[in-house]
Amino acid sequence: MSEKIIITENLIKRFPVGDGEFTALNDINLSFEKGEFSGIVGPSGSGKTTLLNIMGSLDSPTEGSCTVMGKRISDLSHKQSAQLRNLHIGFIFQVYNLLPVYTVYENVEFALLLQKRSATERKKAVMEALEWVGLEKMANKKPSKLSGGEGQRVAIARAMVKRPELVLADEPTANLDAKNAHAILQTMKKLNEELKTTFIFSTHDEKVMGYLNRLIHLEDGKVAEDEWVTVKKSQL
Amino acid sequence: MKLAFQLAYKNLMGAGLRTWLNAGVLSFAFVVIIFYNGLIDGWNEQAKIDGINWEWGNGQLIHKDYDPYDAFSIEDGHGKLAEDKQENLTPILIRQANIYPKGRMMSIRLKGIDPNQTTLRLPTEILNQSKADFPVLIGQRMAESAKVKTGDEILLRWRDKNGTYDAATVTVAGIFETNVPFVDGGQFWMAIEKLQEITLLKDQITYFVANETYKPKEVEGWNFETQKYLMREQTKMIDAKKIGGSILYIVLMTLGLLAIFDTQVLSIFRRQKEIGSYIALGMTRWQVVRMFTAEGGMYSIFAVILGAIYGIPILWYFSKIGIGFGADGSEMGIIMAERMYPVYGLGLVFGTIVIVVLSATLVSFLPARKIARMNPVEALKGKVQ
Repeated sequence: MSEKIIITENLIKRFPVGDGEFTALNDINLSFEKGEFSGIVGPSGSGKTTLLNIMGSLDSPTEGSCTVMGKRISDLSHKQSAQLRNLHIGFIFQVYNLLPVYTVYENVEFALLLQKRSATERKKAVMEALEWVGLEKMANKKPSKLSGGEGQRVAIARAMVKRPELVLADEPTANLDAKNAHAILQTMKKLNEELKTTFIFSTHDEKVMGYLNRLIHLEDGKVAEDEWVTVKKSQL
Repeated sequence: MKLAFQLAYKNLMGAGLRTWLNAGVLSFAFVVIIFYNGLIDGWNEQAKIDGINWEWGNGQLIHKDYDPYDAFSIEDGHGKLAEDKQENLTPILIRQANIYPKGRMMSIRLKGIDPNQTTLRLPTEILNQSKADFPVLIGQRMAESAKVKTGDEILLRWRDKNGTYDAATVTVAGIFETNVPFVDGGQFWMAIEKLQEITLLKDQITYFVANETYKPKEVEGWNFETQKYLMREQTKMIDAKKIGGSILYIVLMTLGLLAIFDTQVLSIFRRQKEIGSYIALGMTRWQVVRMFTAEGGMYSIFAVILGAIYGIPILWYFSKIGIGFGADGSEMGIIMAERMYPVYGLGLVFGTIVIVVLSATLVSFLPARKIARMNPVEALKGKVQ
C-alpha cells in the first residue's frame, strides 16, 4: 500500500450561516492509500459527510486542497468532476438513493450507461455485481419491493459495477438492523480484499468501526485522532 | 442526447398514470387545434370554390361607373362593350326593381344573365326551358323571404332607362340552392336580353364574369378585378376567424403546457435526491437538465401518439360527415355552407406537431435550468428550495 489515492492539505470548508460563516472542516491534512478500508468517525455535525463530499468532488474546499487520484478537486470543471465520479468513484448513501422507477438491474446498469459501454459488456458487469451482493434473482424488481438490506446491497452493486478505485460510503448502515449491517459490511470488506478497491466510510456506528483498518476521528471539523487498528478475524 | 432520451423514456414510463394524464391533456389540445384549424381551412376552401363557381368566376370586368358597394351606381353604371371583346365573358346587367308577393312590397336587384352561360353554376338553363312568358330564377333565401315557390307568379315593377315605371307578372321558373348569399338574397335572375329589352338598355352591361380561359387586358371604360381582389372580404373574414381560432389555440396550448410546466417544477422539487444521485453517479448537471427537458419533450411525443390513436378516427369521421352549424352565412355576408367539411392538410398536422413538441420542450427546459444551478450536496439531502 504505497500509492496515495487521496491527499488533503490544510483543507478548510466554511458555509455561510446568516451573516457569518460556519467552519465545518478546519485544517484537515490526510492521505489515503489505495486499498484502504478506512472510516471517518465522529458525532453528528463533526464534518464527516462534508469531507466525504469533497473527496467525492460533489463539493469543493474553501481553502487548502483535496487531490483525488492526482486531480485537484477545486481545479476541476463540472464536467471533469462528473467524469471523475463516473469513472473512478462509487457512492453509497445512508438512504441508498436508488432511482425509484428503475429496476434493480437498471439501477446497477446506470453508471455503465453513462460510460457508454456496450449492452453485452453492461449485462455481464451488472450480473457480476449483483452476484457479489447476492441479488442476481432480484434483477427485475423495483426498489420499492426491496427490504432495507436488499436496497443497500443494490447500492453497493451500483457503486461497484464500474470497478471504481474509490468507494465513499456515507453512513451505509444507519438504516439497517444489526444482521443486515454485518452482511453489508462483510460484502464490502470482501470486495475491498478481492478488488483492492479503497473504501472510505463516514460513520458513528460501532459495528462499522469494528471492520475498519483505520479510524480518523473528527471533532468539530478537526482531526482529533488518526489511528490504524487491527481487525479481529472473528469480526469478519 | 440519446442517453437523455433513453433515460427520459424510462422515467416517464416509470411515472405511469401521471405521464399519461399530462399526455392526455396535451393530446386533447393537439386534436382540438387540428380540428378547429381543419374546420377553418375546410370552410375557406369550400367558400373559395363556391365563390368562384357562383359569383366571382375567374375575375370580373366591371363598368367603370359601377361600384358594387354603392347601390346608387347601378342606375348609370353600365355600358356597351364591342362583341369581339366579350369572348370568354358572361355579361350581367343589374337593375333595381320591386316585387309584390302576396301584397307585400320588396326591393330587389334584377339581374340579367345569358341563359346559355356555363361560367357560373347558376342553373340559368331553366330560363330557356321554362314555358312561362316571363320566367325568373331565384335562390332559396329569396324564395323564403318572399314566401314563393316554383311556379308562383309575382308582380314585378321596374323603371326603364328614361325613368318610366313599368310592371309585369313574372313566373318563378326555378329555385336554386347555393352557399353564396351574394347571388341569392334580394335578387331575381332573368335572361339578359329580356332585361335589356324591358329597360330599354339594349346591349348594356353592368359587369362581365370571366371564365377560366379569359386573358385580362386593358379595356377602356371597364376595370378588371381579379379573383383574389373579389375574394378579399371573404378572405378577411376567414382571417378574422383564424385570429379567433388562435386565441382558442393559445388557451388550449397554455392548458396543456401548464400541465407539463407544473409537473416539471414539482418533479424537480420532488426528485431532488434523484437529481443528486444522477450527479453523484457521474452525470453532469447539464446532462440532467437535458434529461428533464427530454422528459418534457417526450410528453408531447406521447401526446401526439395518444392524439393520433383517438384523434384520427374522430377527425376522419367529421371530415366525411361534415358539421352542420345551422347558421346562415348571408346574415353575416359571408359564404358559409350548411355543412362544413374540415380539411386537414399535411402542413397543418405537421406544423401543429412541431409547435406542440417545441413548446413542450421549451416549457420543460425553463424549470429544468434550475438543476444547472443546484448544489449536488443540497440536492442529495433534498434541501434545495
